[in-house]
Amino acid sequence: MKIVTANRLEDGAVVYLGDDDRWTESLADAAQFDDQDAENVLAAAESRVEEIAGAYLAPVDEDGAVSARERLRETIRSAGPTVRLDLGRQSECCA
Amino acid sequence: MYRYDEFDATMVAERATQFRGQVARRLSGELSEDEFKPLRLMNGLYLQLHAYMLRVAIPYGTFTSRQMRMLAHVARKYDKGYGHFTTRQNIQYNWPALVDVPDILDDLASVEMHAIQTSGNCIRNVTSDQYAGAAADEVEDPRPYAEMIRQWSTFHPEFSFLPRKFKIAVTASDNDRAATRVHDIGLRLYKNDAGETGFEVIVGGGLGRTPYIGHTIREFLPKEHLLSYLEAILRVYNTQGRRDNLYKARIKILVNTEGAERFGELVEAEWEAIKGGEIDLPAEEMARIDAYFAPPPFEALSVDSAALDQSRQDNDEFAQWLRVNTVPHKIPGYAIVNISLKPIGGIPGDISDEQMEAVADIAERYSFDEIRATHEQNLTLAHVKKDDLFAVWQALKAADLATANASLASDIIACPGLDYCNLANTRSIPIAQRISERMGDLEKQEDLGELKIKISGCINACGHHHVGHIGILGVDKKGEEFYQITLGGSAAEDASLGEIVGRGLSSGDVVDAVETLVGFYRDNRQDKERFLDTYRRLGAEPFKEALYAAA
Ligand code: SF4
Repeated sequence: MKIVTANRLEDGAVVYLGDDDRWTESLADAAQFDDQDAENVLAAAESRVEEIAGAYLAPVDEDGAVSARERLRETIRSAGPTVRLDLGRQSECCA
Repeated sequence: MYRYDEFDATMVAERATQFRGQVARRLSGELSEDEFKPLRLMNGLYLQLHAYMLRVAIPYGTFTSRQMRMLAHVARKYDKGYGHFTTRQNIQYNWPALVDVPDILDDLASVEMHAIQTSGNCIRNVTSDQYAGAAADEVEDPRPYAEMIRQWSTFHPEFSFLPRKFKIAVTASDNDRAATRVHDIGLRLYKNDAGETGFEVIVGGGLGRTPYIGHTIREFLPKEHLLSYLEAILRVYNTQGRRDNLYKARIKILVNTEGAERFGELVEAEWEAIKGGEIDLPAEEMARIDAYFAPPPFEALSVDSAALDQSRQDNDEFAQWLRVNTVPHKIPGYAIVNISLKPIGGIPGDISDEQMEAVADIAERYSFDEIRATHEQNLTLAHVKKDDLFAVWQALKAADLATANASLASDIIACPGLDYCNLANTRSIPIAQRISERMGDLEKQEDLGELKIKISGCINACGHHHVGHIGILGVDKKGEEFYQITLGGSAAEDASLGEIVGRGLSSGDVVDAVETLVGFYRDNRQDKERFLDTYRRLGAEPFKEALYAAA
């Protein structure tokens, strides 16, 4: 399975394509696509040029977690730098 | 120091206005990302992991308190309260929003700053010795030449679309603090036997995927011919450099496939054809630029300072900082001060807006308003009176900027790595932080002496790992971070590329390995040998054995 991720155009924030075709900031809300559909979904997402930049597909396993090879990178993109826990989305939440 | 003239100021303002229009067209969707990307890169704007990244130029690393205050303002108003000094004497911001960048560029332009030549396949922001104009060991201030190169290269129509990026460094000292031998072109100003000053011209050095130490293609170039000679080199490269393969497009590949001698002949032939022309600056123009770098109004002081001697005796911590972080100045009664941006366990090169303000205040009060950024991601105050050193130290200490580790084991160069960088394989900063903590107290580090540890998060080598006494390169193994160690590199006048020792190590093991290697050095050094000297004397084998015996 794949998810679509990109950077929001106006501020560069990391976003994911959600179920309703809207961009969400939450990795947990990213919609999952079968590998064969994913390329088409990506192409459609990329055409939304005034919303995002740098869209690509990231692989996820059955539970929606990003797969091994990409995991650290995607965790850092989603949460923030591991060396500045006061920055990025990891700093926003309340836990 | 150099003040932008009207021509420069207009050019910078026009560029900012032009980019504002381009950003507006991108935001409206009129420009696609593919169309916009080269335009934003011409203005120092990258798209990284979490956000955009804006790299601001500090030509040859020299800037004023006023400019530093503007950098602090940008960090506060548009970013997250900090900036990061890079290995090219620039500063970068990790979180700017695209919509704010036009305003940032306007604010920077108001103090003659910009992001031109900080990315793209052009001649990049020229770098130099951070001690320029102050070093006891220089033949002249190298910055007028760096400034000539800046003026010549900015928007040079012929060289705005080179096969690849192009980096030039200038030094005027035998102790190379500008890493000239690992640049596309390195220039060393020196005095020959006849008493004339001119440049040794070194070409084709570089790091990255295929590292090379540069070759000297001309032993002595009379200094008045600098620009025509550079033009000749760039012309040969621009026509013969490979544009078909990204990895073979740097001048180092051309120089090393042609052979340095043949490459030098091509340059000389080209130079013959252009050297009488209009490229070299007339003497009046050189003098005009020189005048901008006239020494500040130094006072006539005696070499020694009684006040300094007293504070040194009274305060051990100050005495240690004095030994490690200050350097002799060419003018009696003055010293050069290194400000470490490497607190123990901190992020190399990062500085908060408040610290920027503090440095600006200190420089204004004690160092003729002038600040230098170093390629080792630190700052320098070039001209401090010895009488003022204690006050400067106290002010730095109050701002958490008085770590006494210049050139010691915890003065680590580290690239941003996977915490910020889109191209990274692995993180770099956490490795630097853990090594810094492991290296122990500063007295032990002082006893170890000069030790250059350099870390890159991928083969692009922004952290200069090839030329670290101990280099660390992050490699990805099926999603796990691994680190490969190289030993024996140097970016100084004794430049060399490190040798890989053994297999990749996990992030935990690599910190242990560095400790083992340092311990082996300490047990085996002779006299005043540095780590690098012991390594060169003994060779790689015993170090490898020590590493594997411990593993
Ligand atoms: S060396 Fe690699 S990871 Fe580090 S900053 Fe350069 S490109 Fe990024």
